[in-house]
Formats: sequence, structure tokens, C-alpha cells
Amino acid sequence: MPFARGRKEFPSHLWTQCPTCGEMLFNKQLVRNLNVCLKCDHHFKLGARERLELIADKGSFLEIDRELSSGDPLGFVDSTPYPARILAAQTKSGEKDAIVCGTATVGGVPSVLAVMDFDFIGGSMGSVVGEKITRAAERALADRRALIVVSASGGARMQEGTLALMQMAKIIGALARLGEAGLPFVSVLTDPTTGGVLASFASLGDVILAEPDALVGFSGARVTAGTIGEKLPKGFQRSEFVLAHGFIDQVVPRSQLKERLAFLLGALRPAARDLRWSL
Amino acid sequence: MLDRLIGAPAKAVEGNGHSADASGLILSVNDLATKKITAWQAVQLARDQKRPHALDIIERVFDRFQELHGDRGFRDDPAIVTGIGELDGRPVVVVGQQKGSSTEENIERNFGMPFPEGYRKAMRMYRLAAKFHLPLVTLVDTPGAYPGPEAEERGQAEAIAKSIETMTTLPTPIVAIILGEGGSGGALALGVGDVVLAMQNAIYSVISPEGAAAILFRSAGEAERAANALRLSAPELLSMGIVDGLIPEPEGGAHLDHDATGRNIKAALVAQLDRLARVPVGDLLTNRYERFRAIGSIVEPALDGSPPKAEPWWKRALRIRP
Ligand SMILES: [Zn+2]
Repeated sequence: MPFARGRKEFPSHLWTQCPTCGEMLFNKQLVRNLNVCLKCDHHFKLGARERLELIADKGSFLEIDRELSSGDPLGFVDSTPYPARILAAQTKSGEKDAIVCGTATVGGVPSVLAVMDFDFIGGSMGSVVGEKITRAAERALADRRALIVVSASGGARMQEGTLALMQMAKIIGALARLGEAGLPFVSVLTDPTTGGVLASFASLGDVILAEPDALVGFSGARVTAGTIGEKLPKGFQRSEFVLAHGFIDQVVPRSQLKERLAFLLGALRPAARDLRWSL
Repeated sequence: MLDRLIGAPAKAVEGNGHSADASGLILSVNDLATKKITAWQAVQLARDQKRPHALDIIERVFDRFQELHGDRGFRDDPAIVTGIGELDGRPVVVVGQQKGSSTEENIERNFGMPFPEGYRKAMRMYRLAAKFHLPLVTLVDTPGAYPGPEAEERGQAEAIAKSIETMTTLPTPIVAIILGEGGSGGALALGVGDVVLAMQNAIYSVISPEGAAAILFRSAGEAERAANALRLSAPELLSMGIVDGLIPEPEGGAHLDHDATGRNIKAALVAQLDRLARVPVGDLLTNRYERFRAIGSIVEPALDGSPPKAEPWWKRALRIRP
């Protein structure tokens, strides 16, 4: 669970403190409220599986490409060798990498879902994330389905070097084909969506939604502050700021996300050129 | 993969100490006869202030170059230069990131760090190239996209994403050259091509060595170690298939002889554009897609017991052309 790191005064498996308002929240209640603070509406991070449960119609989700995992193309070592870092993250999360993909219906509309998980090495985008989103887009194209990508990522994965950077071009190439075929792509930005993820697929949705107060920006706020050597404006790089500057369509509370996606996918259906769509 | 992308099998000619194809391009790391430099030396060379920058190269490679300005929305970004020039008598659209050769010039050029409007100017030129079916040449040389708050407000991420998108589907030949420093997404926004070449001492990285050191080793002083770990030097990029060939630099580095550097770039460009001009646009776009599609390092275990699928669905998807 993403909120499992509680304060010591309260047993962390039972209670979580809201980082925004300081309220101690009973975990069971928090989960029932979709991991949103009951007092101040702070949106806690949501794992990929929980997110899928929230978005996909009940029982409709079929996972694809589950077994894809990363190689170690650079033989990268910082404080830990990269394969050890991956293995630790896999053991902790039970996932192979920072994304879960599959087919589902959303409000009855056949879709492909790709959902990132910040808990896996900061949701960083390496070859696996790149390959899986690319396949998700290709799958949507082949089956004439809608595509939803939920981002939660600090950006490209350093441990895969320039190969990680190239995933941006790879994914965008597949999305461009999806777009040319008239199929909808909805991008959902959650806390945080930054760096190479925001500077690629996350910014290219036909419609872009964001969760309230999510960090959404290209450069790390520290880098940006360092560049100008002063404090940044309040709300800088938050969903509402990005909305005000015209780069996303809506800020959507988690409780309304499913309903909003279902409406959009229902409205953005491609022209019925293909019978598979109506099956 | 190189054969398919670069075309005719490399005719090895011995010159300048390396074997290369007829246009001088180095197509394999084994052909690099010169002593290998360290990653950190490559970083220094790629950033050398006296290294030829975009306009130095444009002046030497293209005839009658006319710079064209502005993004038609906000302003003219001096960190990106764009225009039309002639290569061997044929018009070519050129887009390059421009660093300065002195401190004053660097301040004027924002150290080669484009704002969103710079990328929007670039996109305007990409579309111009497509509209008149002129080949596009891009020259990548930037520490990265400008990270300041104004850039964020004007949509730096969106501008980069759209720029990459425009290149992936642009119906005209593209040759991208990593001239000096290829800094992350801000470089990739000019870096999608049918052929991607790098200068022999160029670098291309997901993050600057200083940035990686600060995050991974908690110290910017460890940049040299980070540079090694990131494998950002041109020969490494070639061996990973991120670039298709290396353009040789004069002995000691491009900064020592701008004219010779220009000649090498011109030879490579002429050869590549000649070849790409003969490829039908549909094939060009399919090859461009597959070129980037193939990049990455994944492990996918075969499903035990189940017979191998005749044709995976993603291959089926590849064949469907709108
Ligand atoms: Zn709260």
C-alpha cells in the first residue's frame, strides 16, 4: 500500500497521517474513501492495481505482457547494481516493472489500459515501460480500442541511460499511429508526472485529465528554483497551475474519475468503419 | 540493422585512421582506429566552447542559407536556428540548436537551451519541409531544454512531446546529427530521424552527468563516475543502436578544424539524403517507426508449454497503415 509509511505514534498498519492537513486517518476508512483524505481531500498515491480496480468495469480487466522485465543494458552500478535494484523493487511490489497493462471495458467501451506505479523505482520509464505502453497502443490500434494511460512517474530511468530516453520516441510513434487511425487516447496525470514522461506520451492525450494537486512539470522544482535562484510561485507545477496555463483539460477528483473516463470514451468513439468496434 | 538503415553495404576505405563507408561514416565501433577516449573526455570535447556550433556548420555545409525566424505565436527563440539552404544545389530545411562561442554569445543564445517557443519554431519548419517535400536536417547541440519557470508556464513538456510527435510522422526524409551535446528530451525533440548520426566525440544522454551524480551519488563532483555509468559517448551510442553511424572528427577534435568537420558532415549528409530521396515516403515512415520501435532492453520469458504464436498481434498492428 502506498500509504503504509505512517508516523510512529500510531501503529502504521492502522493509521496514516495526511501530509497536507496532519489528520490521522484510519487506514480502513482511507481505503474506502479511495485513498483520499476525509478531511482535506488530499489525494494519496494509488498503486497500479488499485487504480485499475477503480477504472475498469468490474471483472473486465485482462492483463497483458505481465512477464516483461528489464535487462541491464548498461551494466549500471551506482550504490547498488541495477539488477539488484530491480529485483528489490520486484520483491517489494510483486510487479515486474513500473507499469501494469491490459484490456478492459470502461463504462462498457472496449479499452486498453496502461497504469504506472510510482512505488516501483519512482515509476521511472525504462525499456519495459516503453515497450509496454507501445504494445498497449499497438494493441488498441489492432483491436480498434480506446487507450487510457495513467501516469505516475518521476521521468526516464537513469539506469538505462539513453535507451530510456529513446522510449519517448518509441511510444510517441505508436500513439501517432493510433491518432491517425482516429482512435481516442486519454491521458491521466497523477502525482507526480514529470520529466520525460510529461514531455512525451502524458502530454499527447486527445483529452488530458489530472488528479487534484498532483505535481505536473517538466523540470524538478529544485532545478527550476536553482535556475532563477528564488522561491517559486505558490502552486507552481501543480495540476491547477497547469490547467490555468492551458496544458490539461480538467482536474478531476478521484471519486469522479471513472465516470468522467466513461463519458469521454463514450463520446470519442471512432467512426464505425470496423465491425470489431461494435462487437 | 545498420545495413538496412544506412543502405549500401559499407565499402571500407582506409582514411584518417578508421575504416568507414564511402562517405566517411564510421558504421561499427571496431572501425574506430583512434584510441578510445574516456566518457568524461567525450563530455569535455562535446561541450568545448570552440567546437563548431550549428551556424558554423550550416555556413560550411549549405550554400545560400537563409535563416527564417519565429514561432508565429510568441517570439523568436535564439537558442534554435532554422532556415533553408542548398546542399549540392538542392534545397534543404535545417533546424539546429545554437550554443555560443563566447560568454556574451552564450548569454544571447541562452547556452543553447531552448524555450517552448523554440521547439514550436522548429515544428513550424518541420511542417514546412513536409509541405514542400524538402529533406530535413537537424543539428542537436543542447545541455537540455531550458528548465526555468517561464518555460514551464509556456508548456516546455508539451512543446517537446509535440515536436517528437511531429518528427515521427513527418512525410519527408530526416537526417538528425548529434553535433555536440545531446541533453535529454530537449535534444530528442530534434532527434527523430530516418537516420540518426553522431559526431565522433558527441554525447547523448538521458540526464547530464552532473544531474545524475547529484541524484545517484549525492554529489555533483562525481560527474565523471556518472558519465562512465551512463555510457553516453558516441561509440557507446553506436554499439547500442541509438545512432546509425559516426561522423569522423579531425584528429584531436572538431574544435581544432571547423572546415574539415564541415566537409565530413557534408559528405555524410549528401550520401544519406541521396539514398533517402529514393525511398518512397510510406516505406520511410515504416522504417522510421521500426527503427525506434526496436530500441530497448527487455527480457520476456517464453510461455512454458504453449506453442509459439505464429504472429504476435503487435506485428499485425505494425502492418496496418492508415
Ligand atoms: Zn488531509
